[in-house]
Amino acid sequence: MSAPTVPPAPQVWRLLPAGSYAGRARMMMVRSAAASRRTWLAFVSGFFEPLFYLLAMGTGLGSLVGDLPGPDGQPISYAAFIAPGLLAASAMNGAVFDSTYNVFFKLHYARLYDSMLATPLGPVDVALGEIGWALLRGGLYATAFLSVMAGFGLIASPWALLALPAALLVAFAFAAVGMAATSFMRSWQDFDLVTLAVLPMFLFSTTFYPLSVYPRWLQIVVECLPLYHAVELMRGLTTGVVGPGLLAHLAYFVVMIGIGVVIASRRLEKLLLR
Amino acid sequence: MIAARPVGAPGYGLVVSDALVQARGLRKSFGAVEAVRGIDVDVAPGEVFGFLGPNGAGKSSTMRMIACVSPRTGGTLSVLGMDPGADGPRIRARIGVVPQLDNLDAELSVRENLEIYGRYFGLPRRHVREKATELLEFAQLTERAGDTVEELSGGMKRRLTIARSLVNDPELLLLDEPTTGLDPQARHLLWDRLYRLKREGVTQIVTTHYMDEAEQLCDRLVVMDGGVIAAEGSPAELISRYSTREVLELRFDPERRPGAAALERHADRVEELPDRFLLYTADGERTQGDVVGAGFVPLSSLVRRSSLEDVFLRLTGRTLVD
Repeated sequence: MSAPTVPPAPQVWRLLPAGSYAGRARMMMVRSAAASRRTWLAFVSGFFEPLFYLLAMGTGLGSLVGDLPGPDGQPISYAAFIAPGLLAASAMNGAVFDSTYNVFFKLHYARLYDSMLATPLGPVDVALGEIGWALLRGGLYATAFLSVMAGFGLIASPWALLALPAALLVAFAFAAVGMAATSFMRSWQDFDLVTLAVLPMFLFSTTFYPLSVYPRWLQIVVECLPLYHAVELMRGLTTGVVGPGLLAHLAYFVVMIGIGVVIASRRLEKLLLR
Repeated sequence: MIAARPVGAPGYGLVVSDALVQARGLRKSFGAVEAVRGIDVDVAPGEVFGFLGPNGAGKSSTMRMIACVSPRTGGTLSVLGMDPGADGPRIRARIGVVPQLDNLDAELSVRENLEIYGRYFGLPRRHVREKATELLEFAQLTERAGDTVEELSGGMKRRLTIARSLVNDPELLLLDEPTTGLDPQARHLLWDRLYRLKREGVTQIVTTHYMDEAEQLCDRLVVMDGGVIAAEGSPAELISRYSTREVLELRFDPERRPGAAALERHADRVEELPDRFLLYTADGERTQGDVVGAGFVPLSSLVRRSSLEDVFLRLTGRTLVD
C-alpha cells in the first residue's frame, strides 16, 4: 500500500466548507442521465471492450496457456483468471474516462459547471454528482460483465455477488482521483499522462498473469498500484478465496476516495469560485 | 446623540433593511490586480440598477461577487440581507443569473435546459415542467422546445439563457451585458422582455457598455471606471449634472482643422476626439450658427441630445466603446 500524501483529517474537513455543498449532487446525475440519452452509443460501447478482451485472451490465448494458479494456489482456467482482472480494469477505465476527458471538456469548454454554480449547487455537489454518475455507469457495466462471466461458467463462488459493490468502490476511487487530476490539467496534451498511467497499469497489474512472474523489487512496485488491489479483490471474490487480505485492498480504495474527493472538491472550488 | 435616535431609525443615512444589495467599500483583487477598488452600492427592491463602464472597469467582478461565485477581497456585501461568504447557496436559490457568455447545456434540448436547471434549485419535477412551458412562451421558443441548443441563433440562445435564469422565480436578476453581440432586433425583443419583468416587480442589476441600453433599461446607475464608481444617479440626472442639454458634433477637413481653443468661446465646453469635436451647449442650432458665422467651415455637423456617453467622456476623458 502506498502511503497517503495528504494532510490528516482535521484539516481535510475544513476544506469542505458548508457553503460549497447543497446536498443536491443527485440532480447532476439526473442531468447526466438526460444527456446520455443522446449519446447512448458511447454509453453502450463501454460494455464491449472487456467482453472482447475476455473472448480474445480468455478463449483464444487461454487455449495455449492452459491453467494458472488461482489466489489460493489451486489451478483455475486462464479465462477464469483474467475475467476478474478485466472486471477491475473496466471499472477503472470507465471511471477514468468519465472523470478526466468528460470533466475537462465540461469545465473548460462547455462552462457547464459555471452555470450550475449560479444555482444553489456548490463545487462539492458538482464533484460528487459527476463521480456518482461515473459510478452508476461503472456499476451497470460491472453487472453486465458479471452476468457474462456467469454465463461462461467463470464464477466459482457466491462471494462473486460482492464483486459488484467492490467494482463500484473501485470505480468511485478512480473517478475521485481522476477528477482531482483533471483539475490540475491545463490542456488536452496533459491527457497523454492519463494514458501513460492507465495503460501500463492495465497491462501489468496481474490482470493477465500472476504477480509471481516478476522479480521481488518489481512485485513491490506493482503492489503499490491501485489496479493491482482492484484485480486481487475481484479475483478473490469471483474464485471464492476470501480472507482478511481483501479488507486491506478495500482500505486502499477507501483512502483513495477520501483523498480524491477532498482534492477534487477543493480544486473545483478554486477553479470555479474565483 | 445615538441614544436620542428612536429604535429602528436608520443609522448614518443608511436604510439597511430596505436594500436588496448593499455594498460598502467592496473590493476584489486577482493577485496584484485590483479589479474593484472599494465601491458603495445600494439596490432598492423593484428597481433596475445599472453598472455602466468600459471593459475592465470591474463590472463583471462586482456581479460575480453579488452572485456569490466570487469571494470578496475586502469590504462588506449583503445580498437579500445575507452574507454571500456564508450563505451562498441560500442566496443563489433566490436570484437569477444571466452570465456574459451563454453557458447553456449543449447536451440537452431547449426544454431540458429549463427543466433540469430548475431541478438544480430543488424544484419538483411537475413544477419545473409547467414552469418550462411558461418560460418557453415568454422567450418565444415554444416551437424550438425539442431542438438542441446548437441549432438556435445567438438571439434565441440569449433569450433561453434569460428564461433559464427565471426558472426559480428570482427576486433579483443579475444580467451581465445581456445584449452584447446581438443584432438590433434581437436587442429590442430582449429589452421588451426585461421591461415585462420590471413591471412584475423583479429587481434587476444590469451591466452594460452600451449607453443606449443603460438609458433604456435603468432607473438608476453607477458609472464605473478603473474599479471605482465615478458617478451615480438616474440617466437623466447624470446627463443634467455632467453634461449640457445638447451637443454639436463637428468634423473638419484634417488640413483645415482648427484648435479646440478656437471653438471654446462658442460653447460651455469642448471635447476634442480624434475624428471630431464635441461642443456642449444648451442650444445646438444656435451654436452651429455662431461657429459658421465665425468663419469655421466644418465638413459635417450634427446636433443631438446629450447621452450617457457624454457623461462618461466628461468623467473619464475617454469614450466608452472604441
